Amino acid sequence: MTTLAADKPAPRMARFNVAAAAMFILLALVPLAAAFGPESYVLSLITRVMVFAIAALAVDLLCGFGGLVTFGHAAFVGLGAYTVAICGAHGITDMAITLPLALIVSAAFAYVTGTICLRTSGVYFIMITLAFGQMAYFIAGSLAPYGGDDGITLPSRSTLFGLAVFGSDRALYYATLGFLLASYLLCRAVVYSRFGRVFRGARENPTRMATIGYDVFRFQRVGYVLAGCLGGLAGFLLANATEFVSPAYMSWQRSGELIIMVLFGGIGTLYGAIVGAASYLLLEEVLAGFTENWKLIFGPLLVLIVLFARGGLTGLLASIKARLTP
Amino acid sequence: MTDAVLLIENLRKSFGGLVVTDGVTLEIGPGELHAVIGPNGAGKTTLIHQISGTLTPDDGRILLNGTDILALPPQERAKLGLARSFQITSVLPRFSALENVALAVQARSGSSFRFLRPAAAEATLNDEAMAALTEVGLDQRAHIVAAHLSHGEKRALELAIALALEPKLLLLDEPMAGTGPEESERIVTVLKKLKGRFAMLLVEHDMNAVFALADRISVLTYGRVLASGEPEAVRNDPAVMQAYLGEELE
Repeated sequence: MTTLAADKPAPRMARFNVAAAAMFILLALVPLAAAFGPESYVLSLITRVMVFAIAALAVDLLCGFGGLVTFGHAAFVGLGAYTVAICGAHGITDMAITLPLALIVSAAFAYVTGTICLRTSGVYFIMITLAFGQMAYFIAGSLAPYGGDDGITLPSRSTLFGLAVFGSDRALYYATLGFLLASYLLCRAVVYSRFGRVFRGARENPTRMATIGYDVFRFQRVGYVLAGCLGGLAGFLLANATEFVSPAYMSWQRSGELIIMVLFGGIGTLYGAIVGAASYLLLEEVLAGFTENWKLIFGPLLVLIVLFARGGLTGLLASIKARLTP
Repeated sequence: MTDAVLLIENLRKSFGGLVVTDGVTLEIGPGELHAVIGPNGAGKTTLIHQISGTLTPDDGRILLNGTDILALPPQERAKLGLARSFQITSVLPRFSALENVALAVQARSGSSFRFLRPAAAEATLNDEAMAALTEVGLDQRAHIVAAHLSHGEKRALELAIALALEPKLLLLDEPMAGTGPEESERIVTVLKKLKGRFAMLLVEHDMNAVFALADRISVLTYGRVLASGEPEAVRNDPAVMQAYLGEELE
């Protein structure tokens, strides 16, 4: 019955994730290297990568740890971005106001929709999050005073107490890196906390959790609100990075991309979400340089990853490492 | 109010035309181990589901220490001291044995809405979980992922989870199901050790185990209590012998 492999101790939280640390150091060094090349192109590309990495972290938190496959998470990114844009249209550009507001708006949307979505599970959960996502998308498209379908340009990047803290691309880059690091560390702490333990347990066996005495729904809703806030944060940064906001940020394709990023990098690992966001967006950038139909190449690649590397890219790396060190 | 830990009065439940619980009345005193036996389809598991709250009865009352729990969802009943083990093993497969039990300890000690401190580093949770694992003889296997435990070990883990809840009443739904003779011996030993500490309702097919453990036995057939009493009295009840036990006890 028992095999040697079965007797291995359960994986525990590593105090320090070497791969993740290396990744953040690399990200911190990018601007230095970029100074010798097409600086603003590289900085804006990697800033974009980090913004979507934050959103992908949120999706990994829900899918990878809570078993809640959300197909509408782009809505939160859009809410965050629109908060910045709408405030900007009324002359409010200070992030001391817009950032908390973006988080509050996302949290409120997550709380209300989560209360409904989390009554369902499985395919129904996927469909109802998709429905709410599309609802947000169409509402954004109907906001005529704020550009409607065409979107709206920001008057300027956010300021902090009147200071143009995002004045240079490099400043925005490091601010985004800081937010990504904070989001990553927060998610990591949450996953292994008391709350995270219940949240993960609810994925494994909700009936068991209820008979132990946990109201699973309340825990899932808190997780959903947290993931919604992270989505809103990504939206806040995205608006600043592009200085433009449109309903396209909220479309269901965007939500799908976030799931693909998580699968691509390795679901349920957190740093895999960052790797996934990076590889997805960089591949898109490279492949789109060759051909307009880059998805023809990307599609089969994704199939191969999902088929042959169950843990995504990070899982692939881990298994190669395990082969090399017997 | 009587001092019964569990009092079931006139419980009824039917699925369409099929009456699965037909006026069941049952009383379990403090520290008593009450076994419910009966042929397949007699409504034993349905009865447990109604007590634990996963099924709602059509009629009747269920009192836990004098509190009517009928309107409460399972998690509220658990908070009042009702623990259960499942007929089909139901541990969290990707959690270690220790973490499975620590989750139960966590449920009754302090808020679980804590977000930053790693739960695995909380000594009080781990110590109490380890104590429960030691009681069922799983302390050596504490760090093994539950999916990798043997079937008998998973059954023992279920008991440890229930123990860690410090229940007032423990519902045991066929704890020996699917275990070999050696493993079921082990579970009987554990249950004997726990007997008297809290009330238990045991549903079990293994008659040796039932007669070795039970203080009182109720025989259920077609959703109805056919007989209830001391093991010897039940064993010698002619109706019971005819309906169910006959061939097994001769």
